Amino acid sequence: MRIDCPNCGSRDRREFQYLGAAVLMDRPAPDAGEQAFVEYVYFRENPAGAHRELWLHEMGCRSWIVAERNMGTHEFASTRLAADVKRGAK
Amino acid sequence: MRYSAWEVFRNGLTGNKAWKPVWRDPEPKQRYDVVIVGGGGHGLATAYYLARVHGIRNVAVLERGYIGGGNSGRNTTIIRANYMSTANVKFYSHCIKLWENLEQELNYNVMFSQRGLVALGHSDGQMEAMARRANFCQLEGDGGEVWSLEECRRQMPYLNYDDPRFPIYGAHWHPNGGTARHDAVVWGYARGADRLGVDIIQNCAVQGFRIEAGKVVGVETSRGFIGTTKVGMAVAGRSGEVAAMAGFRLPIESHVLQAFVTEGLKPVLPTVIGFGMGHFYISQSDKGGLVFGGDLDGYNSYAQRGNLPMMEHVAEAGMALMPMIGKSKLLRSWGGINDMTMDGSPIIDRSPVENFFINTGWCYGGFKAITGGGDAFAHLIATGNYHPAADKFTLKRFETGELIDETGAGPRPGRH
Ligand SMILES: Cc1cc2nc3c(=O)[nH]c(=O)nc-3n(C[C@H](O)[C@H](O)[C@H](O)COP(=O)(O)OP(=O)(O)OC[C@H]3O[C@@H](n4cnc5c(N)ncnc54)[C@H](O)[C@@H]3O)c2cc1C
Ligand SMILES: [Zn+2]
Repeated sequence: MRIDCPNCGSRDRREFQYLGAAVLMDRPAPDAGEQAFVEYVYFRENPAGAHRELWLHEMGCRSWIVAERNMGTHEFASTRLAADVKRGAK
Repeated sequence: MRYSAWEVFRNGLTGNKAWKPVWRDPEPKQRYDVVIVGGGGHGLATAYYLARVHGIRNVAVLERGYIGGGNSGRNTTIIRANYMSTANVKFYSHCIKLWENLEQELNYNVMFSQRGLVALGHSDGQMEAMARRANFCQLEGDGGEVWSLEECRRQMPYLNYDDPRFPIYGAHWHPNGGTARHDAVVWGYARGADRLGVDIIQNCAVQGFRIEAGKVVGVETSRGFIGTTKVGMAVAGRSGEVAAMAGFRLPIESHVLQAFVTEGLKPVLPTVIGFGMGHFYISQSDKGGLVFGGDLDGYNSYAQRGNLPMMEHVAEAGMALMPMIGKSKLLRSWGGINDMTMDGSPIIDRSPVENFFINTGWCYGGFKAITGGGDAFAHLIATGNYHPAADKFTLKRFETGELIDETGAGPRPGRH
């Protein structure tokens, strides 16, 4: 498995750390209520197809990356810097 | 036919012509009292106990491929009951006691072998934790001791005792742990359930649920609609997908775990050995192959195959611990999709849909739980109450904070 880092290009998967679904970027507002936090921390779509997820290019530029990857084939459709995703429209 | 030494002898003399297929291959009926989705160990054991313990025999097990084609036929078959959180201690102790009587219960040789399990310790602190773990086992009557370094050297002369990174200080010995033949467990429960009238329907994928007023009334399948009063879901790595068909989400991610087996060798490994610090565990199958595995690949996946970095890591850990395996040839490797919960413990509970029950979240430790998991799930489906040995595996715990986080890893499913 190779991952296309927007900064460093195509790199070996071993340079990256996986965190989880990209919904982790959408932390609810502090007053959003308990249920919103339960959903945020524990519950997942866990789709059998396209999945948006967070990888850290730990042994490279140390940027967080939002990747879209197919859970059935492991094929990456896109990779973007998490910082860009956060700034732009989600 | 009841299996016995006499039948083997008699059939041997008559050309082995009288053996019959072990389960029927029925067409699905229009309706059942209970439909179990997923023909793995948990689904089949659940159907068996529904029929045997609760007298509910109008049951179908729907399997989209062939039974045992999922994780139940892909695991490294380790059985143990050396847990430490209250909920897991009582549940896995219940499981192992059912294992001890399983072959008599099913009249089927599942090759259950309590060859014992060694968990290695590499520091003073870890040895104290091992002693604590052994005490937990003893309290449940499941056998637990601490082995000194000398005892380890005597029992396992082939380990590398000079590893500077993880020097071996001793071990926790769990004599009641061991292995069983995974396929045989699946087939044994299938045969047992079939003989009690359960329909095992293979090549039947569940594609949706008919839900009326919040209550499930039937199942849409690749072989047509099947009406039912209750549904029991036991689809392991596919739990997220099947739950989505019923309109709810789970605190679960699907992750791939790989396993490996070498060519058959003469007996060299009498026990199961766990090398936790190296993320490596190994045993020898009765056929002679060394069966071993490591950690999850680490990313969500529905592909039943992993990547090379984890294979490399597992091979390195194996060589660090047990250099003698270096000359054996790897025969096969494969992957299975695990239902990883956010706290590493399973869920046996109702769901947001009425009459729709879920058995899931086995992570990569649910083979040993097939006995007790099936028993507890059948109990819940039949009576509506939690089985006393499995009353903490609720879905609600993720809201109430009563998590069963055996490893203390936090809400990170890939870490459990
Ligand atoms: C590599 C590996 C090693 C492991 N090692 C161990 C170990 O040493 N010890 C241990 O205790 N556990 C181990 N496990 C875990 C253990 O294998 C599982 O927890 C256990 O087998 C789960 O059983 P199950 O019946 O829930 O799931 P499965 O056996 O996976 O059965 C689920 C079934 O549901 C079917 N299904 C899915 N979707 C549908 C649908 N829509 N319609 C109909 N059917 C469907 C699947 O085809 C499958 O057959 C390991 C797992 C893996 C992958
Ligand atoms: Zn980079």
